Amino acid sequence: MTEETVVDKKKKTFFHHDSKLYRDEHRAALLMIVLPVIGFTVFTLLPLIYSIFASFTNWNGLGEMTFTGWRNFQLMIKDNYFWQTLGNTFYLMLGIPIGLILSFLLASALSRGLKGTTFFRVIYYIPVISSLAAIAIMWQWAYNGDYGLVNQVLALVGIKGPNWLQNVHTVKPAIIAMSVWKGLGYSMLLYLAAIQSVPKSFYEAADLDGANAFQKFKNITWPMCRPVTFFLIITNVIGGSQIFTEINIMTPTGGPEYSSATIVWYIWQKAFKNFQMGYASAMSMILGILIFIITALQFYVNRKSDYKLS
Amino acid sequence: MAKSKNTQQKVKRQSTGANILIYIILILGGIIMVGPLIWMISTSLKDKMGVFQLPPQWIPNPIRWDAYKRLFSLSEMYAGFKNTIIVSFTVTIIGSITSSVAAFSFAKLRLPFKNTIFLILLIALMVPYPAVMIPQFMIFSKIGWVDTLKPLIVPGLFGNITMIFFLKQYLQSVPDSVIESAKIDGAGYTKIFTSIIFPLIRPAVAAQFILWFMGAWNDYLAPLIYLNSPEKQTLQVVIANLSATYATQTDYPLIMAMSFVALLPVLIIFLIFQKQIIESIALSGTKG
Repeated sequence: MTEETVVDKKKKTFFHHDSKLYRDEHRAALLMIVLPVIGFTVFTLLPLIYSIFASFTNWNGLGEMTFTGWRNFQLMIKDNYFWQTLGNTFYLMLGIPIGLILSFLLASALSRGLKGTTFFRVIYYIPVISSLAAIAIMWQWAYNGDYGLVNQVLALVGIKGPNWLQNVHTVKPAIIAMSVWKGLGYSMLLYLAAIQSVPKSFYEAADLDGANAFQKFKNITWPMCRPVTFFLIITNVIGGSQIFTEINIMTPTGGPEYSSATIVWYIWQKAFKNFQMGYASAMSMILGILIFIITALQFYVNRKSDYKLS
Repeated sequence: MAKSKNTQQKVKRQSTGANILIYIILILGGIIMVGPLIWMISTSLKDKMGVFQLPPQWIPNPIRWDAYKRLFSLSEMYAGFKNTIIVSFTVTIIGSITSSVAAFSFAKLRLPFKNTIFLILLIALMVPYPAVMIPQFMIFSKIGWVDTLKPLIVPGLFGNITMIFFLKQYLQSVPDSVIESAKIDGAGYTKIFTSIIFPLIRPAVAAQFILWFMGAWNDYLAPLIYLNSPEKQTLQVVIANLSATYATQTDYPLIMAMSFVALLPVLIIFLIFQKQIIESIALSGTKG
C-alpha cells in the first residue's frame, strides 16, 4: 500500500514535470484524429439524426417538411410493396448459407496443400474483385432465355431453361446463384486461412485418440472456423440487406411483378424517382434498425455459444 | 512390418484417389468461376449476328475487334474513365493518409477519451449507406454539389473507419518503446510518423489502399444518385446506362466489350498484387 503511494507520487511528479509535453501530445493526437471525427459527424451522425427526423415528416425534398408523426410508419404497414421488397431482400439472403457451405467445402479441399492451391485461390477470387455493374450486365445477358450462356449449358444436358429474369419464379434464384458465384472466393479465402491456422497438434492428438475424419471435422475444424463463420454471416447479412446494384441493372423495373425489387431499391425509387423523401427516410430507418438488431443478435448468440477447446 | 507397409500403401492410394477427385471438383468449380468471364470476352469479339449463332462458338471465328473500335468512339466511355480515375485516386490517396495518421494517434498517442471517441467512430460501420443517403443528398444539393464529382470525393478525404480500425490493430503489435525512445531523441510527431510508423505499417496501408481503390472504382449507388449529365458520370454508371441502351439494339458484343473494359483495370491490379491482396484479406477477416 505504502509502496504504491510512493510510486504514485513519483508518477505524479513525473507527470507534473512533463505536463507541457503531455499537453503537446494531446494537441498532436487530437489534430491527427480531427478529420475522421469531423467526417463522421458531418457525413454519418448528422445525416442519421436528420434521417430520423425526416422519417416523421411529409417531405418531397424541395418544399417544407411537414411533421406528420407516425403516419409514414402507418402507411408502411399497409404498403404491400414495402412488405414485398422486404421479403424479397430476405429471400435473396438464402444465398448466404449456400455460399458458406460451398466455400467451406472448397476451402477444405484446398487446405490439403495440393499443387496449384495459389492458382485456384486466384481463379476463385476473380469474380470477387470484378466490378459488380459489369458482372450484373454480363449475367443479365447470360440469363437470356434464347441465347444466354446458362440455357446453352443447360441445353447440353437436355434441359430447356426459362427466360430467367423475366419469370416470377426464377428471377430470385437466378440472382441468388449470381451472388453465390460472386462471393464464393471471398468466403473461401477466409475459411482457408482459418483451416490452415488450426495447429497440427490438434489433429495428431485426435489421431492418437482414434478419431475418424468426421469426428475431427466436427470437433476440431468446424469449431475452429466458428469466428470466421460468424464474421461472414454478419458481413453477408449487412451486405445482403443493402443489395441494390445487381437488382437495378439486371431488373431495372424491379422484376416481373416486383419479384426482385429489394428494400434498398424501393427506398431509392421512392426517394429519388417519386421524391417521397420522408417516406423513404422512414423505410431507411427500419432498414437501419433491422441491421442493428441482426448484428446485435449475432453478437449475443456468438457470445453465448463461444466454443472453447478444453 | 509388411502389414504396416501394406496399409501405408493403401492409405497413399486412397489419398491419391481423393486428390484426383478434389482436383476434378476444383477444376469444375474453376470453370464455373471464370467461364462466364471468358464467355464475356468471347462475345465481345464476335459480330452482332455471331452472338446468335447456335451452337455458340467459344473461340469466335473470325475474331472481330469491331466492338472495341466502336467502344472507343463513344465519348461517354472516355468521360466515365476520366471521372472514375479522378474520384478513385483522389479519395484513396488522400483518404489513406488521413486514415493512417488517425490510426497512429488512436493506437499510440495519449489523449483523454481516446477510446470513447474511437468506439463512437465505430458506429459508422453499423450505419448502412441507405440510411444516410437521403440527408447526404440534401446537404450536397443545398450547397450546389449535385452533378459534380465532389459528393463522391469529399466524404472519403476524411478517412475511412474500416481502414483506421485495421491499421490500429496492426499498430498494436508495434511496441510503445519504439515511439518513446524516438520522443526522447527529440523527434516530433510528424517525424515519428514519417520515419518510424509509416514504414512499419506500409504493407497494411498498401493492402487497405488497394481494397478501398477497388471499392471506389466499382461504386455504383452514390454516383447514380449524384450525377445526371452523361459527361459527369463514372464508369460503372456509364456502362449500366449504355448497356440498357444497346440491349434494345441487341448489340451484345459492344455491351460485353464495355463491361470487360470496365473491369479490366481492377483485374490487372489484382493479378499483379494478388499475393498481397489475398493475404491481407485473409488477415482482415480472421482478425476482424
